[in-house]
Amino acid sequence: MKKEKKRLSYSAVIALLCAALLAAIIGSVVLGRYPIGFKELCGIIGSKLFPIESFWTPTQEALLLSHRLPRIALACLVGCALSAAGASYQGTFQNPMAAPDILGASAGASFGAALAIVLGLGKAMITLFAFASGLLCVGLVIFVGGRAKGKRVIGLILAGIMIGSLFSSGTSFIKLVADPAQQLPAITYWLMGSLNGASGRDVLFALIPMLIGLVPLFVLRWRINILTLGDEEARTMGVNAPRLRILVILCATLVTAAAVSVSGVIGWVGLVIPHLARRLVGNNYRHLMPASMLFGALFLLLVDDIARNAMTTEIPIGILTSFIGAPFFIYLITRDGERI
Amino acid sequence: MSLEICDLCFSYGEHEVLKGLSFSVEYGELLSVLGPNGVGKSTLFRCILSLLKPQKGECLIDGKSTAGFSAKELAGYIAYIPQSHYPTFNYSVMDMVLMGTTAQVNAMSVPGKRQVALAREALERLGIAHLASRGYTNISGGERQLVLIARAIAQQAKILIMDEPSANLDYGNRTLVMRTVKNLAAEGYAIIQSTHDPDQAFLYSDKVLAIQGGKVLAWGKPEDTINSTLISRLYGVDVEICSLKDDKVRVCVPADL
Repeated sequence: MKKEKKRLSYSAVIALLCAALLAAIIGSVVLGRYPIGFKELCGIIGSKLFPIESFWTPTQEALLLSHRLPRIALACLVGCALSAAGASYQGTFQNPMAAPDILGASAGASFGAALAIVLGLGKAMITLFAFASGLLCVGLVIFVGGRAKGKRVIGLILAGIMIGSLFSSGTSFIKLVADPAQQLPAITYWLMGSLNGASGRDVLFALIPMLIGLVPLFVLRWRINILTLGDEEARTMGVNAPRLRILVILCATLVTAAAVSVSGVIGWVGLVIPHLARRLVGNNYRHLMPASMLFGALFLLLVDDIARNAMTTEIPIGILTSFIGAPFFIYLITRDGERI
Repeated sequence: MSLEICDLCFSYGEHEVLKGLSFSVEYGELLSVLGPNGVGKSTLFRCILSLLKPQKGECLIDGKSTAGFSAKELAGYIAYIPQSHYPTFNYSVMDMVLMGTTAQVNAMSVPGKRQVALAREALERLGIAHLASRGYTNISGGERQLVLIARAIAQQAKILIMDEPSANLDYGNRTLVMRTVKNLAAEGYAIIQSTHDPDQAFLYSDKVLAIQGGKVLAWGKPEDTINSTLISRLYGVDVEICSLKDDKVRVCVPADL
């Protein structure tokens, strides 16, 4: 019989994650090439509410409000969204290996972004193209998967692999015809994923679809448990599983597409973080969903701090998450020979 | 009155599986459905649970047809107890039992105090309260089966449908599970279980339903229903029915022994 380890209580885990996230946010403001101290942070934020005499430079204020804070907010949002989507997909597909890009949201968004770059469009249009193309790809996957014979869930996953690879080929073709001096590096950089140059507008653009997706995932979290038992068992327990599954897939896809459209392709977060959260609070989605959301935000914020501070030039965050994620996952699946 | 099955017909395309089955189960009664593999026991259960829509006939609960029931409504009347399985994710026993109460809570909310109390009560009733914080996949097959029964109790349905509850269990666990099921019937639940084993029907059930060729071959008390002719028609083996302990127990023994 397997040994069952004593866990921290759920509320303790959530309190710890919240405290760590707050500390990480403050730390991320202070970290950076241009110094902003804790005192300046409090002063600048406080001056928006109370009349405080300025003891900071205008550069500090501008940098904090238009660069550092939006970037921190975006890192937290994207991390939260990808983790929540990953946890949801794992539940709805009854598959612990499911990740946010399983239905091709990333492949679709990448194609859209590459297309916008090669057409010479601006940053806002790149985001919009990525978002629309990500949704289009997933829409196609759901359409094709629904017509597949046999098991619905397997049909969806197979359709995801195929349509996703179709869009990836499209991206490769665009890279082939792109101008190698300007456009190709831009596409490559986008595909590696980065939060560089995040603005308040990016945050707003991502926030609305993310909220539309994250709120239902949060309130439906108990019912996702029932989905993991399979459709028939769920129905005998009074849950209309196919309808719930589509709703959860739509929400998870929406937040993934929104995340990818503002940050590029950031892999592994949606796979690794839910598994880490499972270790902390167990598999019950009632606890797993909030823990994944907080943990994802904390993780991506910390990784982004490394991305922008470790070297003189910025490291694309997607590369870092892969470097951290892949070995970590190997460790997870081999440790104690535990079932994942 | 309890669950009444009226003239139930079901076919998968051209293949007719159920050809007009009629029987009923009362509260406080354990009915064993006997029949060889592929005779349509699972199809029958799936029709009763509204997982399949019968082409003809209906199921009545206390005289009301279940055809118009929503999944949520039906879950208040009938609970399904699958064979002890391994779900993809390991839940605690308490969470597993709590899932039975899902139909009682709003889709947007989580089980509350009342549901936790129901789950705890169900665990205590089956004598497995000490397992509450264990992982469902880390306990024995017999314990898992008891957890699934507790889940059905927490669901607060009075009709329980069990798919071969004693399959894949060792002798000790099988006896434990079947005794628990029998006690539940005595407490007022209407229980339908499928089984391959006529001895089990003798030992535990109040009624027996034998199905063959999509029709009811026999239906009644085990001692009136199960005889060597029935067993040889159902399973194609010749048996002798032996009586033990002043006819308190009967068993089937292969005739060529």
